[in-house]
Amino acid sequence: MRRLVVPFILAAILAGVTAWMTSLGTVGIYRVPGWNEVLVATFQHLQLVLAAEGLAILIGVPIGFVVSRRALRWIGTPLMALTNIGQTIPTLALLALMSIVLGSGFRAAVVGLFIYALLPIVRNTYAGIQSVSPAVKEAAQGMGMSRWQVTSRVELPLARPVVVAGIRTSMVVNVGTAAVAGMIGGIGLGKLITVGIAVNVFELVLQGAAPAAALAILLDAVLGAVERWMTPRGLRKDVRSDSLHKRKGAIVVPGS
Amino acid sequence: MIRLERVSKVFPDGTEAVKDLSLEIDRGEFCVFLGPSGCGKTTSLKMINRLIPITDGRILIDGVDTQQQNVNELRRGIGYAIQNIGLFPHLTVAQNIATVPVLKHWSRDRQRARARELLDLVGMPSDTFMDRYPSELSGGQQQRVGVARCLGADPPLLLMDEPFGAIDPITRHKLQEEFLKIQERLKKTIAFVTHDIDEAIKMGDTIALMRDGLLVQHADPATLLSEPKDRFVRDFVGADRVLKGLRLLRARDVMRMPKLTTSLNATVEQTIARLDERGRSWLSAVAEDGRFLGWIERADLDGATSLSEALTPAVASASPSTPLNEALSMMLGSATGSVAVLDGNEQLVGLLSFGAIREVLSMDDESERE
Repeated sequence: MRRLVVPFILAAILAGVTAWMTSLGTVGIYRVPGWNEVLVATFQHLQLVLAAEGLAILIGVPIGFVVSRRALRWIGTPLMALTNIGQTIPTLALLALMSIVLGSGFRAAVVGLFIYALLPIVRNTYAGIQSVSPAVKEAAQGMGMSRWQVTSRVELPLARPVVVAGIRTSMVVNVGTAAVAGMIGGIGLGKLITVGIAVNVFELVLQGAAPAAALAILLDAVLGAVERWMTPRGLRKDVRSDSLHKRKGAIVVPGS
Repeated sequence: MIRLERVSKVFPDGTEAVKDLSLEIDRGEFCVFLGPSGCGKTTSLKMINRLIPITDGRILIDGVDTQQQNVNELRRGIGYAIQNIGLFPHLTVAQNIATVPVLKHWSRDRQRARARELLDLVGMPSDTFMDRYPSELSGGQQQRVGVARCLGADPPLLLMDEPFGAIDPITRHKLQEEFLKIQERLKKTIAFVTHDIDEAIKMGDTIALMRDGLLVQHADPATLLSEPKDRFVRDFVGADRVLKGLRLLRARDVMRMPKLTTSLNATVEQTIARLDERGRSWLSAVAEDGRFLGWIERADLDGATSLSEALTPAVASASPSTPLNEALSMMLGSATGSVAVLDGNEQLVGLLSFGAIREVLSMDDESERE
């Protein structure tokens, strides 16, 4: 729980900023977007992120898994190199390309964000499964686990924390990228930011930027909790030190 | 139990890892595959549970060709332990040990009971360790769990690939001793891979020495040491093979019944007379009920009034199953250079002398000259 305190305080401060801006009503001749508009835009923003992320998980995890199989490993290595290159394409360029091909709006933004979210997920899934020790796999196979059992009982549980970490990274990055996508497509918090930039009013930009930051912080905290929950107990870094603590002065065992 | 018939393995890159290997391991036999790295010993082991497919020949377990069986069923019936242990880090010790029982759909209670039993068997208090994770264990403890896991569903046959390889020598020694005791009780059929000649001699009922994919000699350790088949075997077992051989012989193999014994009731004069008559400098003293008491030396009898005054109590004594290398070090600490061999009731059943051991060693020297 303590892990959630700092993110919640930060999010509360950001909400306070929005409340303050909203209370201003107008800045010069410009009307500051009210709570209603901000919440609708935030919700739209979240929808954008979740839709893209959902698609990316549905497609990215299986791809990462399949290319980690021995028969397809020859694809895996070049594919990982490709994802590294993919990550270097400027966000703005890709999103702009998508809006030209698919027209501006929600769909184009989702497709662009999906491509962005896909790469870290594929890469982490692949890396997570590759990281399972060959000795562990050999032991599993040697004791009579079928191929599917080795995957479902050994490889996937051990890869899971790394996969979830990939999802977390891609989701948080995507909250920021979605703001750019919104600027191009005229949706979500990006739209509020675009308006602010267009009229060059700091307070209006803040009405889009503060909720986006709060969203990123909260999503990161929630996914951090999920990541911890999805990590098998034996793999958690604090298990060892915890029980060593408990064990102090306990029984000495032969061979220890 | 296991029969390898003209088994060979050629890897896709053309390496002939195992060539025409024929070998039989009897039920309850502890067979050690020994040889330098790359000799094909691990490949041979992994062909038994089909982790590596054989190129030619066949392997029979209890008369059934392993190729005819479902591969997963086959493996669940064979215990498997490897050098890197390969414990599942996300599962508890108990869950690790119950791997095969889970695959065999044992009830949960039975799985836990079995894990408990096996942990105690390998010397780890089950209450303390059942629910620990592998990352919380020391290297030696992990090895123990690895051994327990391969015994999980009580398979009659165990394959062990350097299971004590990755630990410090002191822990390894201890684990070897304990595993031998376990094996004495369980009488499993074991195929065990090592490159360590000392481990092979200590653990194996038989040793299959391999080189370049060929089986060079399959024999019990004593035969391997005393009658190495060729230069390679001799070099591999080492120049100190005579000393190694001592470890294989037990006190009962070379002890002799003492020619001269006395009870403490005999007079000093009688005893001196008996010793002088035989030209001996000492004899052993035995109580009325046959218990061994110690030595009486000729030099101590001069001026003594009774035999008990002259008695030198024995510091150490051997049992019939004491290995000769241990008996030898006892001898070095003994007043008379002899060691008494006592049975479980402290009855004197024999004596070990340097002479007897020298005879054993010189027999070896002769075979060396051949």
